[in-house]
Amino acid sequence: MYTQAMDIPDDSGKKLAAVSNAPSEQEAAFEARIDADGRIEPQDWMPEAYRKTLVRQISQHAHSEIVGMLPEGNWISRAPSLKRKAILIAKVQDEGGHGLYLYSAAETLGTSRDQMLEGLHSGKAKYSSIFNYPTLNWADVGVIGWLVDGAAIMNQVPLCRCSYGPYARAMVRVCKEESFHQRQGYEALLVMMKGTDEQRAMVQDAVNRYWWKCLAMFGPPDADSPHSAQGMRWGIKRISNDDLRQKFIDATVPQAKVLGVTLPDPALKWNEARGHYDYGQIDWAEFWNTVEGNGPCNKERLATRVKAHNDGQWVRDAAQAYARKQKERALKEAA
Amino acid sequence: MSTPIDYLLHLADNAVVLGQRNAEWCGHGPILEEDMALANVSLDLIGQARLLYQRAAELMGGDATEDKLAYFRGPHEFRNYTLLELPHHGALVGYAAADRDYATTIVRNFLYSALMVHVWDGLQQSADPALAAIAAKSLKETSYHLHHSRDWLVRMGDGTEESHARAQAAVNHLMPYTEEFWTTSPAEGAAVAAKVAIDVWALRPAWDALVNDALAEATLTRPNFHGYITEGKIGLHSEHLSYLLGEMQGLARAHPGATW
Repeated sequence: MYTQAMDIPDDSGKKLAAVSNAPSEQEAAFEARIDADGRIEPQDWMPEAYRKTLVRQISQHAHSEIVGMLPEGNWISRAPSLKRKAILIAKVQDEGGHGLYLYSAAETLGTSRDQMLEGLHSGKAKYSSIFNYPTLNWADVGVIGWLVDGAAIMNQVPLCRCSYGPYARAMVRVCKEESFHQRQGYEALLVMMKGTDEQRAMVQDAVNRYWWKCLAMFGPPDADSPHSAQGMRWGIKRISNDDLRQKFIDATVPQAKVLGVTLPDPALKWNEARGHYDYGQIDWAEFWNTVEGNGPCNKERLATRVKAHNDGQWVRDAAQAYARKQKERALKEAA
Repeated sequence: MSTPIDYLLHLADNAVVLGQRNAEWCGHGPILEEDMALANVSLDLIGQARLLYQRAAELMGGDATEDKLAYFRGPHEFRNYTLLELPHHGALVGYAAADRDYATTIVRNFLYSALMVHVWDGLQQSADPALAAIAAKSLKETSYHLHHSRDWLVRMGDGTEESHARAQAAVNHLMPYTEEFWTTSPAEGAAVAAKVAIDVWALRPAWDALVNDALAEATLTRPNFHGYITEGKIGLHSEHLSYLLGEMQGLARAHPGATW
């Protein structure tokens, strides 16, 4: 799924401004590559701040995929048909796969998956705040596909052109799968809207709860976005938060009409002069409060990830012990 | 030749119930790769269940559908092996709660897939071409499930002291439930008589060999059988199935007639 604009500061970025002692020749080559819109690869020299920004952004993205498995996973056991159950399992599995590619992409920058997980589990590293809201009815699954994945695609398609090669390449596959999820989510909602009054009410309820949260996924307004300018300069970020948000709204309003749901914003209306939809005020205080850990599900999400990791320690230990024994046996045989 | 419906339901219920159990790990696995592996196993099983229910619904006619069969039958109508409905932990009553234990999950998947590779292999020759086709597809999937669970069984058994103890406890807990494989239910008897199914009893030596070989490699001991032979496949289940079905069927049953 799902990045929120990947410029949410967290503790791992504190040393961002560290001065690099690299020779200016290397720095010049790096800058020239960036200016030429070329790709930076793992073996290339890169400024420490570029590396750290990428590790922060890619690991936040990976963590978002993994934490994002929980709100949708919440409905797997109760999916109302076998077809929908299979679709949902496959989707949540895809998110796990995205987590894997992204952890691997971040590992090319010299940070291990264990280190990144430690960041998540200790609360130092952030993940997309959209997953700190509960999934309260079955339609939430469809709405997450349509709106949350839809917003993520807007954020992520430009990342396919990101200056860092492994991240850009991972995003190509991620985006293809997300587009599929978005269409599946929308299709599930179309079926529900053609169904009973209760089904339609479920869809509207889910849209009401998720609409504003999805708009906030694009991150703070450009004026308040701390890392955006440097990210743009480095080719890590390509389009501003506000521009992406507007693009998302403009694309979504007609889809909502076809679906027959009302987007919960009385200020939402077409502005002929701007050629865009105008929209109301996002509650940024609520957004930041949730990012800071005070949303409805932050504690549950994180504690669940930590518990799965801790409970699984003996399994990982067993695999390592067995691999060690096998290696020793092979050595003994060879001797 | 078509397959007796009760036999199709037995195969389908096995798949849906174990698929439901495996999916419970989604987001909670011991390592990300295992979350994905178990989701994959679950997807395969749900897929098998769908094909089998669809075939059963086709033979039943009327308003039968795969979802009516999965969502609108009660626990006493389910024909799955009791082994498959058990929660992922040791022996506890239906309303007890305990942490999931990955060894229980792996040992169960191993014992069941070690049977089903032989069952699906035999059913490829079923006189019912629809069942033979489902068997061919399922055999490929089940071979992977066997591979996956056997690998982990060996790692756990021959891993650390803790993993060995957990794997042995799971084997001790679950092995008695496999006795149910070897009794013949009326549905199985009818399917064998109609030449659409194979006699499971005949598969026992092959299953024993597979299981004994894996347990030996895992340095685990096979317990002697003693005790009660479960009868899930004739509709007499443990206390656990009604909880599983209550959760699985609740939403669908709250909206009967709705399309999803």
